[in-house]
Formats: sequence, C-alpha cells, structure tokens
Amino acid sequence: MARVDDTTSLASAEARISRDAARRLDVIFRSGAGIFSILVLLIAWEAFARSGKVTPFMLPPFSAVAQRIYADAVAGELWRNLGVTMFRALTGFVIATIGGVTLGAMMARNRFVRWFFDPIISVGFPMPKIAFLPIIILWLGLYDVSKISVVVFDAIFPVVTATLAGLAGVDRELIWSGRNMGASERELMWQVALPAALPQILTGLQVALPIALILAIIAEMAMGGYGLGGAMMSASRFADSRGVFAGIVEIAIVGYALIKAMALIRRRLLVWHQESAEQH
Amino acid sequence: MQAVMRAGLRYLPLVLLALAWEAVTRLNLVDTSALPPLSKVATAWIDLVRGGELIDNGKTSLYRGSVGLLLAVFGGGGLGLLMARWRLLDVFVNPLVELFYPLPKSALIPVTVLWLGFGDGSKILLIFLGCMIPVTIGAYNGARGSDHALVWSARSMGANRLRMMWDVILPSALPELLNGIRTALALAFILLVSSELIVSQQGFGYLIGYLGSTGSYEGMYAVALTVAFLGFAADRIYQLFIQWLLAWRE
Repeated sequence: MARVDDTTSLASAEARISRDAARRLDVIFRSGAGIFSILVLLIAWEAFARSGKVTPFMLPPFSAVAQRIYADAVAGELWRNLGVTMFRALTGFVIATIGGVTLGAMMARNRFVRWFFDPIISVGFPMPKIAFLPIIILWLGLYDVSKISVVVFDAIFPVVTATLAGLAGVDRELIWSGRNMGASERELMWQVALPAALPQILTGLQVALPIALILAIIAEMAMGGYGLGGAMMSASRFADSRGVFAGIVEIAIVGYALIKAMALIRRRLLVWHQESAEQH
Repeated sequence: MQAVMRAGLRYLPLVLLALAWEAVTRLNLVDTSALPPLSKVATAWIDLVRGGELIDNGKTSLYRGSVGLLLAVFGGGGLGLLMARWRLLDVFVNPLVELFYPLPKSALIPVTVLWLGFGDGSKILLIFLGCMIPVTIGAYNGARGSDHALVWSARSMGANRLRMMWDVILPSALPELLNGIRTALALAFILLVSSELIVSQQGFGYLIGYLGSTGSYEGMYAVALTVAFLGFAADRIYQLFIQWLLAWRE
C-alpha cells in the first residue's frame, strides 16, 4: 500500500516538476518576446525618424531623445522636475488615501454620515472634476497647495468607494466573534474590519495612483512652473520637440515604476491573505 | 409616491449643499468674487445658452469626444479580441500594452499638439490613444475567459473564425469589454476637458478657461458644472445601456 502511495506521489511530483518547467519556459519565452517587442519598437522609432518621411520636429530619433534625457539628468534639471512631480502626486495620493479610508470607515459606521456623503460620492465619482481646475486656481493660486488639491479632489473618490465596499463585505461572523471576545468598537475597526477589507481598499488605491499621476501632470501643464508636466508644456511652447518626447519617455518610466511598486506593496501587505496563496 | 420620497431623501444632501452655497454667498460669509451665488450662476448659464457659446463649444467637444471614443472602442476592442485568439500577436503585442498601460495619459497632450496642432485632430488622436488601452485590456481579459466548452462545440459544429468571434467570443467577452469602455468613457472626459483647457481655441474646456481669465466667474462656474453634469449623466446612461445589453445573461 505504501509503495503504491509512493509511486503515485512520485508520479504526481514528476508531473508537477514538468509542469513547473513548462511554465518557467513559458515565462522565459514571454519575457524574451517582451524585450524583443520593446527593442523592435525603439528600432522602428529610430529608423522611421531617420528615414526622412517625417521631419525631426514631428518625431526626433530615439537616440536624440535619449541624449536629451541624459543631458537633463547631468544638468540636474531632470531630478528637480522629477522630484517636484513625484512630491505633488504622492502627497496628493497619501492625503487621498488617509482621507478616503477615514471617510469610508465613517460612512460604514455612522448612518448619518453615510446618508450625507453617499449621494455626493456617487454623483461626484463619475464627474470629470478636472473641469473645476480654474476654480481651484481661483481659490488656491498656482502653487503646490493648488496642484496637490487637484490630485486629492480626484483620487479620493475610488478610495472612499473601495473602503465602503470592502467594509460592507466583511464577514459578519468575524465582527461577531471579535465583539464576543470583548473587542471595543475601535479595536473592531482597526484589528478586524479594516484588515479584512484591505484587499479591496488596496484595489481602490491601485485605481487612485494612476489618477493621481495623470492629474498632477495636467495640473502642472495648466499652471506651469517646475515639474515634468510643466517642462513638457514649455518645451511644446518653444517648439522643442526633443524636450516633449524626452518628457513622454520620462513620464512613462515614472508611471511604470510606480505601478509596479504598488503591486509589490500589495503582495507584501497581503502575504497573510489567500489571494497571495493562489498565485503560487 | 414612496419611491419619489425615498429618492428625495436620498438626494437631499445635494439640495442642502446647494442651499448652503446660496446662503453663505448671500450672507457675505465668503468672498463673492471667488464664489458667486448659485442663483447668479444659473442666470449666467441661461445667458450662455441663449448667446450660443455653450451650445457651440459643447458641439465641438462632443464631436471630438465621441469620434475619439468610438475609434478607441473599435480599435482597442478589435485588438484585444484578436490578441486573445491569436497567440503570436498576444506574445508580441502584450508587452507593448503593458508598457503603455501605466503611462499617465495626460502626458500625450503636448505630443498630439505637436503632431496635429490645436484643432479637432489633436483632441481626437489624444482620446483615441488614451482610451484605447483600457478597452483592449477589457476585451482581452473577457475573451480569454470565454468558456472552452462553448468554443469547442462551436468549432465542432463547423463555425468559421469570423462566426466564432462574433457568436461566441464577443458575447462572452462583453461584460469585461463593457467595463473597459466605462473606464475609457471617464478617461475621455478628463482628457478632452484638460486638453481643451490647456491648448485650444474651442470646446468646453476652452470656454471654462476663457471665462475664468476674463473674470466672468459666474459663467465659469456654470460651464464647469455643466461639464461635470454631462460626465455624470454619460456614465449613468452608459450603465443603463449595459444593463439593457446584458439582460440576456440573467
């Protein structure tokens, strides 16, 4: 009997190994294809820009854009603009996170708060709040406070709705058993309800982060000053197309890095959750 | 009657906000040049409609938005469906989709201006490029999740590729595809208004900026609220459309 068990487990182990190998091969193949596609894109860009079919104004070659980014980095201009943009986007994102989770939790707990904010959130979420940008400028001026407010004003909505939905979906029995064990309302919120709602809250944050970046860049473009968006806009005004394309590449890299970092944070924070078990 | 009462109670906070707005401005609790009374905003709105500015600029914006969005839906949806069915395309195009997905789409504004100038073309291109990716991802995920048994039975019944796409893959991809389009719709409004605000001589965004810079703040509030309302209404109407379209699933 034991022998049979051994052979079946051996067979299943072998099957698993070969499945793992196949998957690993697939991953290697896919990432190879990914690097290949990106290289092809860059080479096609370079070749098309140099072919004479477009003017260097319409599309400067990638090598010229890369040189420009390098020059900006050496001159320190790039780091200054990058720092300012990241500061605005991330400060806005953090304020939206704290404010959104707090408001969502208050709405989940208190009927009156919920009655008051529910229509505001459900009507406000789909609105293009960017239309209020000139009004925010009128109230708060053209500096950081105003740019960060633009970010918060947009990014807070997905956080509130995700927190609310997450808290509403928390298993009743978790709350009951917590209460039975003598947890206070505050402890219930911090130690039971919010951790249980964390996956959904993080999903809301993953929606809010790209919004924060988009809005920070729009605010910089509209209001001017330092920052990646402002630099792109002034390059565009001076018909400096290398500057514009350098901006696109820089912003693309920033966006990519931030979104990957957010996914990493999610995996870290949810190690205990079955979601991360399913990925293995 | 009871439903009306309930809806009234539900939206009462918005009415209260509007009343509070009117009250603080009437009682001079805030600077009325920065926050004009709601009633004056309403009068300004009527004037803008009568004068034709709101309608003319609105037509321009709606034209730009709807053409850009339609192109994104057909282009992005088609690409996503093809990627889900054709592995080679998937392997080579997916990395590019993943590369452009996190790009904050507003960064495309100066580039489209560089290519096509200040008019309709650059806004349409911007909305097309910006809104395509969420639609592609929705179509791709939806089509990849379609039931294998359905695909196999359709194939065994002799469906050709086109029929298979139209009768089997597309319907099963529809819920996620429609969700992707909803994201694209919201994004289209943001990109449209912001690009018009930053570089344009026409459209809602331009009108908001123009009225603001000439100091007619009542008008600026009126147009901003109109755009916000249109965005909200578009989303609600789209949701009703989804419900109607997906009624067969229940």
